Amino acid sequence: MLANRFKIFTVFIMNNTPSKAAEHALTDWPLWEVFVRSRSGLDHKHCGSLHASDAKMAIQMGRDVYTRRQEGTSVWVVRSDQIVASDPGDKDMFFDPMEDKVYRHPTFYKLPDSVNHM
Amino acid sequence: MQTSISIDCTPSVKYLLRIGDTCLIHAQRISEWSGHAPILEEDIALSNMALDLIGQTRAVLTLAGQLEGKGHDEDQLAYLRSEQDYFNLTMVELPRGDFAFTVVRNVMVATLLKLLWERLCDSEHAELAAIAGKAIKEARYHQQHAADWLIRLGDSTAEARQRAERALQDLWLYVPEFFEADHNAASGASNLGPDWSEVKVKWHAEMHTILQASTLSEPEDRTFRSTGKYGVHSEHMGYLLAEMQYLQRAYPGGQW
Repeated sequence: MLANRFKIFTVFIMNNTPSKAAEHALTDWPLWEVFVRSRSGLDHKHCGSLHASDAKMAIQMGRDVYTRRQEGTSVWVVRSDQIVASDPGDKDMFFDPMEDKVYRHPTFYKLPDSVNHM
Repeated sequence: MQTSISIDCTPSVKYLLRIGDTCLIHAQRISEWSGHAPILEEDIALSNMALDLIGQTRAVLTLAGQLEGKGHDEDQLAYLRSEQDYFNLTMVELPRGDFAFTVVRNVMVATLLKLLWERLCDSEHAELAAIAGKAIKEARYHQQHAADWLIRLGDSTAEARQRAERALQDLWLYVPEFFEADHNAASGASNLGPDWSEVKVKWHAEMHTILQASTLSEPEDRTFRSTGKYGVHSEHMGYLLAEMQYLQRAYPGGQW
């Protein structure tokens, strides 16, 4: 049945093993991190990464791979080597001081219902 | 084994089958890449493209079956006709080829389908216009995706260029069939949509732009003419149908 072809698809992609030449080519392509925003007004969430040769391809692949189940309406891609991350070794220094500073939270302000999803 | 159905091929039905069969057979060839594409993301992209085309096929074949009025549904039409009752373009039944061949074929067929769907959005037949309204979005993406790949293959390494040029030369032979006027079918179907010859100028203009960006040269026209859209297929169609139809014929009405 034509309808069943939609179900069969997911089995095939598991069997892809690139040849040596292909593997070499793949490692030449930079790695990109993909962020998808599900609805207008919300934030882009990190959903995975992919290899692509350039920004346009990265966007198209991000769309093909990470939004095929209607996960989003907007895609961002950033080259992984452009991301600067905090050092896990600094975790104590960076984040522990916040533990006992409850006066920084706006807990005594009640949000109106219309914006209460924040 | 299930025997073939025979169809009542009025001009309107043939008009729809040309579109539906082209989508179906093209999807069949593209899906041969599932699990074998050079890059994982492209494997998913190609599979998505094939499924989009299957979706278009389902809508169009269902409508064709309704217009035919013999109670044939999309599955019967897809899987139980004989070779001479399929009206897809010869180009889409050609073997999968290498990646360059697939990219060039995708550009050509996606451009054609996009231009047809654009016109069919204004069809007097409301349901066909609705199908077109959905399909045009998919077709635009298919064309953009394929064109971007062609530019990358054409304007790059010697091997990529050579393969792309070879594919272009091979496939150009099957282009004239797109726009040949078929005096039997066109007249009765004018309320459904345009004759395909009406998109010839735009198709060539868009192909020209894409080829220029890929730094590939447009091949010369030759005298060869393919005839798939008349139901007279190349030697590849028989093998394709044998594989595609096997399950439905061996297990009629099977569901899983």
